[in-house]
Amino acid sequence: MGYSFHFRDVFAAQDALLSGLALTLQLTATTIVAGFVIGLAVAAAAVYGPRWARAAAHAYVEMIRNTPLLVQLFVVFFGLPSIGIKLDVIPVATIGLAINLGAYASEIIRAGIESIPKSQVEAAVALGLTGRQVFRHIILVPALKNVYPSLTSQFILLMLATSVASQIAAPELFYAGSIIQSRTYRDFEVYTIIAVAYLALALLLRVVFALCYRLLVRRR
Amino acid sequence: MIRELSWVDPLYLILALRWTVAITLLALAGGTSLGLVVAACGSSGNTAARLAARGYVGLVQGIPLLAWLFLFFFGFPIFGIDVPGWLAATVAFSVYSAGFLGEIWRGALISIPKTQWEASASMGLSYLEQLRHVIIPQAVRIATPPTVGFIVQLIKNTSLASVIGFVELTREGQMTAAATLAPLPVYLMVGALYFALCYPLTTYSRFLERRLHGAG
Repeated sequence: MGYSFHFRDVFAAQDALLSGLALTLQLTATTIVAGFVIGLAVAAAAVYGPRWARAAAHAYVEMIRNTPLLVQLFVVFFGLPSIGIKLDVIPVATIGLAINLGAYASEIIRAGIESIPKSQVEAAVALGLTGRQVFRHIILVPALKNVYPSLTSQFILLMLATSVASQIAAPELFYAGSIIQSRTYRDFEVYTIIAVAYLALALLLRVVFALCYRLLVRRR
Repeated sequence: MIRELSWVDPLYLILALRWTVAITLLALAGGTSLGLVVAACGSSGNTAARLAARGYVGLVQGIPLLAWLFLFFFGFPIFGIDVPGWLAATVAFSVYSAGFLGEIWRGALISIPKTQWEASASMGLSYLEQLRHVIIPQAVRIATPPTVGFIVQLIKNTSLASVIGFVELTREGQMTAAATLAPLPVYLMVGALYFALCYPLTTYSRFLERRLHGAG
């Protein structure tokens, strides 16, 4: 094959890799929080809302789940300026990713809410719990516990999907890789290191989510 | 060369849709073949085969698809194999699909109760007959809704082939946006076309799911 691998040139650019990694972590964290809040609101609208809210929630979820993230990011990237909102690329990427995650999260949370048997709610009401108490203790918390595995898998997929933000020039890990590639021409080496970094991050997140589950369930 | 957005542009976008469909079908062909192997290994009694399948799935599902695309795009030339962009994309999408399809099908296979195997064995069916007449018909019913759901994911993800220069719907959209300086209407049209392709499949998958649970 006659090709010699040179990883040294790539590691020489570790500052760029590390700052890319930092932004990937930041994008992941902010998007998970924002996407979860959107998902919760949309799921609540889809289950308890009036007719128009249910229709709006349904339209949002179907629109996002049936179009590619890349195209969604382009629409946000080019769409926000055209309605007079000029933002830095990182907030733009966060908004695009959060809108995307919100649709998937809302479907998962909605499934969780619908998995709670009606008799549980009736029993709670009969015991004199207020509406807010019923929603919080009988519906929301058990529902989230039921869907915790699906929800956290979705978060890990989201972390991997932040790489797509490189296509609107958000300087996250994958983008850092393409910059180093254009400087060193070590394309295969660069993307091998990038791939290993994402894999490590995915495994790390899985462990963190498993630990969180244990902590949260123990405490209750 | 800058030009106005005109009535022919939507037509070109619609025509580009066939390349999105073509790369999806190629990836499905590759992903199905490899995915069957992954599912067979993952549900087999052999520990080494099971571990290999689990490792493969973990690897595929832990690395972004964009990275797989670039690894194959830049990897083939290193080993002296010159491949066009569409072929590198097909290989990358096949490897990726096999990781997800293999896991879906493994789950369907192992969800068939052991008693089904035992009952069919006691009726004198050979291993292959058991699979053919008892296990696979049941597993297929379980696996079809998530498989259709994954095909929707795959169609959407073929948009990433645009970054290695394969001209499918998204790439066609990028070129149109660059030539007309009207990115927003172009990308909205591109999104609408993906929606037109994916929404019927999503609806069908949900219908199958409901029927499965209704009958089950």
